[in-house]
Amino acid sequence: MSAGIDLENVCCDFGTFRAVDNANVSIRPGEFFSFLGPSGCGKTTILRMVSGFIEPTQGTIRIGGKDVKGTRPNQRPTALIFQNLALFPLMPIWENIAFGLEVRGVDKATRRRRAEELLKLVDLPDAADKMVSQLSGGQKQRVAIARALAVEPSVMLLDEPLSALDLKLRQHMRAELRAIQKRTGVTFIYITHDQGEALAMSDRVGVMSQGRIQQIADPREIYNNPVNGFVASFVGENNIFQGEIQNPSGGMARYVTPHGTFRARLGDLGGMPGKLYVRPEHTLISATPAEENSIPVTVGDVSFEGSFIAIHATSDTGAHLTAEIRNDGSATVPERGAKLYMSFAPERAAILPDANVRG
Amino acid sequence: MTPSRRFLAHFYMALFVIYLMLPLVVMAGAAFNDSKLPTIVPWKGFTLDWFSALFADGRMWRAFLNSILVALAVVALAVPIGTAAAIVINAISGKWRATLYGFMVAPVLAPGLVIGISTVLFWNSLGNTVGSDFILFRPGLHLSTLGQVSFISAYVMLLVLARLQSFDPGLEEAALDLGASHAQVLRRILLPHLYPAMGASAAVAFFQSLENFNVTLFTRGGADTLTVYVFSKVRAGITPTINALAFLLICVTLVLALVYEMKRRRKARIEAERAAEARRAEAAML
Amino acid sequence: MENLIRRYGRGLTGIFVLLVGFWLLMLVILPNFAMFEQSFRPYLPVTEIGGPRDVYSLNNYAKFFDAPVEWSLFGITLMVPVHVLSFLQTIFYSALCTVIALILSYPLAFYLAKIASPQSLPTLLLLLFIPLWVSEALRAFAWYVILTFNGPLNQLLMWLGLIDQAIRWQQGVLTNFDAIVIVMVYCYVLFMLLPIYTSIQSLDTNQIEAAEDLGAPWWRTHLRVVIPHAKPGIASGCVMVFMLSAGSLLVPTVVGSTRANWFPQTIYTWFNDSQDWQTGAAYSMIFLLLCIVFVILMLRLFRVSLSDIAK
Ligand SMILES: Nc1ncnc2c1ncn2[C@@H]1O[C@H](COP(=O)(O)OP(=O)(O)O)[C@@H](O)[C@H]1O
Ligand SMILES: [Mg+2]
Repeated sequence: MSAGIDLENVCCDFGTFRAVDNANVSIRPGEFFSFLGPSGCGKTTILRMVSGFIEPTQGTIRIGGKDVKGTRPNQRPTALIFQNLALFPLMPIWENIAFGLEVRGVDKATRRRRAEELLKLVDLPDAADKMVSQLSGGQKQRVAIARALAVEPSVMLLDEPLSALDLKLRQHMRAELRAIQKRTGVTFIYITHDQGEALAMSDRVGVMSQGRIQQIADPREIYNNPVNGFVASFVGENNIFQGEIQNPSGGMARYVTPHGTFRARLGDLGGMPGKLYVRPEHTLISATPAEENSIPVTVGDVSFEGSFIAIHATSDTGAHLTAEIRNDGSATVPERGAKLYMSFAPERAAILPDANVRG
Repeated sequence: MTPSRRFLAHFYMALFVIYLMLPLVVMAGAAFNDSKLPTIVPWKGFTLDWFSALFADGRMWRAFLNSILVALAVVALAVPIGTAAAIVINAISGKWRATLYGFMVAPVLAPGLVIGISTVLFWNSLGNTVGSDFILFRPGLHLSTLGQVSFISAYVMLLVLARLQSFDPGLEEAALDLGASHAQVLRRILLPHLYPAMGASAAVAFFQSLENFNVTLFTRGGADTLTVYVFSKVRAGITPTINALAFLLICVTLVLALVYEMKRRRKARIEAERAAEARRAEAAML
Repeated sequence: MENLIRRYGRGLTGIFVLLVGFWLLMLVILPNFAMFEQSFRPYLPVTEIGGPRDVYSLNNYAKFFDAPVEWSLFGITLMVPVHVLSFLQTIFYSALCTVIALILSYPLAFYLAKIASPQSLPTLLLLLFIPLWVSEALRAFAWYVILTFNGPLNQLLMWLGLIDQAIRWQQGVLTNFDAIVIVMVYCYVLFMLLPIYTSIQSLDTNQIEAAEDLGAPWWRTHLRVVIPHAKPGIASGCVMVFMLSAGSLLVPTVVGSTRANWFPQTIYTWFNDSQDWQTGAAYSMIFLLLCIVFVILMLRLFRVSLSDIAK
């Protein structure tokens, strides 16, 4: 039913431009895997190579353990959900869904029955005879998923399928997609530039930048232990310091900056210089200096963000810092101009290289 | 825009429509005048004699039949050729595209008599070269058909190409991805999208062929088509049977135009209803 | 090509290429080449084709300059070969038709695109299209009916007291070509109107309002905003009307005077009455050359490309 996918040293060139550079990833059967990265980083290109519309310039793609080199898109056990959905506007919904069966020569009664089953699965039981133009954005989304599921693919490939929807609907569809994936057990490869989406839905995430995969890990790991500055910044906010590393030992090091000397975890720098990253929600505020990693600051803007409150402050040495406190009434919110201290636990801060790019 | 200038504009429009219509009305009116000459003045009384004379005119009917046959043959050839050409030009890019496109639209601009003469000369010299007197190589309605196809295909190409521009190639990929073969993609996805344009171009091809004169005149050999027949009648001195024919053709035209317009309006209404339903569904989900 | 194969597979691509190849090669390129080749050959009986007398020469083209006739232009009498005269007159009067059609069409095109209410527009367009669907032969014939000696036009003018004697319109009043010009404008004016209408329609109405808002008088708005935008449409319309007029055989034969010789009629005479296809081909080449020159001239003049024109 579901199959794993392996990319081994996969590269893709358009002329002299390398859109995907040496991608290595092993996606497990039944996994919900996301590629996350900014627009233009090569996500779609990876999907199109897996679905067979582009051949990799180098490297091997295996679906269910089988090398698919030379296999045409219509012979691969994958189903692609296009960025713009690509529903067939001239066919009624049920024919859209049953199209994959129709081209396989399944008889009409069976097709119709299957289409109706799938419509129930995606919670659109009455849409069979409607036209595509009669559906709302979210409904079209579900039809696209049903159409892909109809061919019983081992792998579903989804190219930013929610990007056209508005915020409310997008959040609703996230849960729905996840539920459908769990119900069907099909391997999902999901592409998005929205880190919230990737973190919320996926079993594992591959973060990409400029054609390279930066990190592959589960969402928690990606967020809490990013391997480099690009990943750290792409999936969340950071307070960043630049300085010098001193006496590294046992995975920790001292980091000397103009704003103070801090202790933090030492990431895998691979010989490159590193910066210190710490997330605002791990940045604490206190009226008196903390034992370690403490910076005296003056509070500037205090912005109310709903579930949390962001406190922007400037240190006496000129560094800009942000701390976030939960909006649960447990802490007092400081006033603009208040003098206090910001600090962070050493194990919550990491010294990381910039990004894994071509050099 | 001042009201007086606006009035002037409406007035001009009305005048123009009268200018376009009046000659046709005069011509049609003459069909009912009991006069040997095709005219409405002096009015010598109402008659339907010219219609009976028309229905008794065997040569006219043969010419009419010929016209229809040629037009059907032109449609059968030009629509596939023009559609294929549009698909090809739409899918290629680079420096060859402009050259190819130039060759494809040139026949639209080429004068009919040049097309007619070149067609006859080509097939005739081809016949002489292969040393055959086979009917294909001599003037006749088959050459009229080929000559007309050479430029009508270009009209089809332009119409279909315009429609292709609104086609999302992603649909082809989606179909392939779902397991369709290339032939199935063409039949189920691309062609259905093009059918309206192909239908319209079939109509254009049919009417262009029916009314074609220049190409036909040079290629027809001894055969008549309706247009050539009208032409020869006008040259040889006319009776109002031609007016009777004109009246009937104008009526057919009017009916077709009305049917077309009604269909168009119905389609627009259905589209609007669907869009409204989609908006309602959108609102309901939030 | 690669893209074509990728999208439609080898089999279908083969069929497409075959269809297009048949069209362009057998129906367009080779026929024109045959005409070019034949135009240099002599007119011979079938038995002598390929014989010793069947050699290439410019003789057919030389016939164009035979038979000078008198032609007075601004009081100066010139000796001009009769076919050259017919050629020049055809160009001149076709250009005249084009200009008249342009003057008639432009205001109407602007009206349709920017003034007429959107509700009435489909009906108006339909009304305008109807004459286009009636065949050219019948449109020309309609004017034959109108222009005859005892016809309604003369009757009307006499009744109005504008003339006191019926006019022989077909022989012409001002020139021998009056009737031809009148009828050609009628037959082809829509080929001017529609492209101009389409191009004006794509002009953002805000631009016109902005120009007027800035105080431009109406004629300046047209000169500086509307006409430059409508250029491709105007070029397209001019090319269409000129080519249709210059290439028309029907109109001059149906309503033309015996003294007016339209160039296509000359070609037809060679082809049909003299059965001399080779000379017909040579004249046809001359005519084709004229058309190509005209199209290039228009493209240059309006600074547009071929793909703007062919729409
Ligand atoms: N067919 C193509 N030809 C040339 N360049 C391409 C092509 N497709 C994509 N690219 C380039 O490859 C890069 C990655 O594209 P893509 O995979 O679509 O990015 P993403 O989906 O992550 O936004 C982009 O810079 C894009 O311009
Ligand atoms: Mg993309």
